[in-house]
Amino acid sequence: MKPSLRAFLDGIQAQLPLLIGVLPFGMIYGALALNAGLSRAAAQGMSSIVFAGSAQFITTQLIRDAVPGLIIVLTIVVVNLRHMLYSASIAPYLRKLPMRWKALLAYLLTDEAYATVITHYEEQQTPFSHWYFLGAGLIMWLSWQVSTGIGVFLGTEIPAGWSLDFFIPLVFIALVMPTLKDQPSISAALSAGLVAVLAYTLPYKLGLVAAALVGILVGAWLEGRK
Amino acid sequence: MNIWLVFLLGGLLTYATRLSMIFLLGRIEIPEQLQRALRFVPPAVLTALIIPELVMPSGALMISLENFRLIAGIAAVLAAWWSRNTIITILAGMAALVLLNWLL
Repeated sequence: MKPSLRAFLDGIQAQLPLLIGVLPFGMIYGALALNAGLSRAAAQGMSSIVFAGSAQFITTQLIRDAVPGLIIVLTIVVVNLRHMLYSASIAPYLRKLPMRWKALLAYLLTDEAYATVITHYEEQQTPFSHWYFLGAGLIMWLSWQVSTGIGVFLGTEIPAGWSLDFFIPLVFIALVMPTLKDQPSISAALSAGLVAVLAYTLPYKLGLVAAALVGILVGAWLEGRK
Repeated sequence: MNIWLVFLLGGLLTYATRLSMIFLLGRIEIPEQLQRALRFVPPAVLTALIIPELVMPSGALMISLENFRLIAGIAAVLAAWWSRNTIITILAGMAALVLLNWLL
């Protein structure tokens, strides 16, 4: 098998456990979007054009509340500010790629794809790692479109007792473990976790941004002291 | 504003946040210290995503033995630490959650 195809398939495989958590999320989004008064085409269109779960849920809510369009656009931007951190974190690994690859992979840079791909780059980067990123990102994209479609056309009938959403934090737990390699990174993680809880009530996912920034500062400060 | 225009602008700006640093790296000078600090993004972001899911399962802080997601999460952390394997981590966490829900 060509190493590029191998890497592509490995990326898909690494993403699979996260999809179990993502699928019900997409279905719920699809159903909520219809409920908020969006047409089927618009509900599906938002999943393709914006392709960002949290922002889409919040947008649905704002549309239902008849909030002006400009405010919705601004809200989407604020909710997605955290992607700049992912972009900065992954940029050094994509540095040598042609612009068309950078442009494509950037479109696929969701929370879930970032989590899988950054761990791959840090642990086992190869000359074909961009294919791994493409595999993980594309299967994530496809699942989001399909699950939105299911939610839009069938509504959601997933019993809450199944706890499928719990798959996502579980996969994140598996992914975070290898990144905790020294005292500064452990402190970065713990302080970010603490701030995430304290700032949980901040709107627009700003609590997550604050938590990440505090964690990064704590890690950098401890490392600088050594 | 037309709803499709909202999606288009929101989508373009979302894309801009994702492309931002990937595009700028190499074109602008990024301070050495900032670049080194970026290695803390994965542990910080991932932990910030995990912890609220475990300690505030319904939006309010709940640190008790009756919080099954917290206990299942701790089981998953132990499994991840011991096995370094994604599948085993998921199985440990889900098994703990299902068992607790079923037994209690």
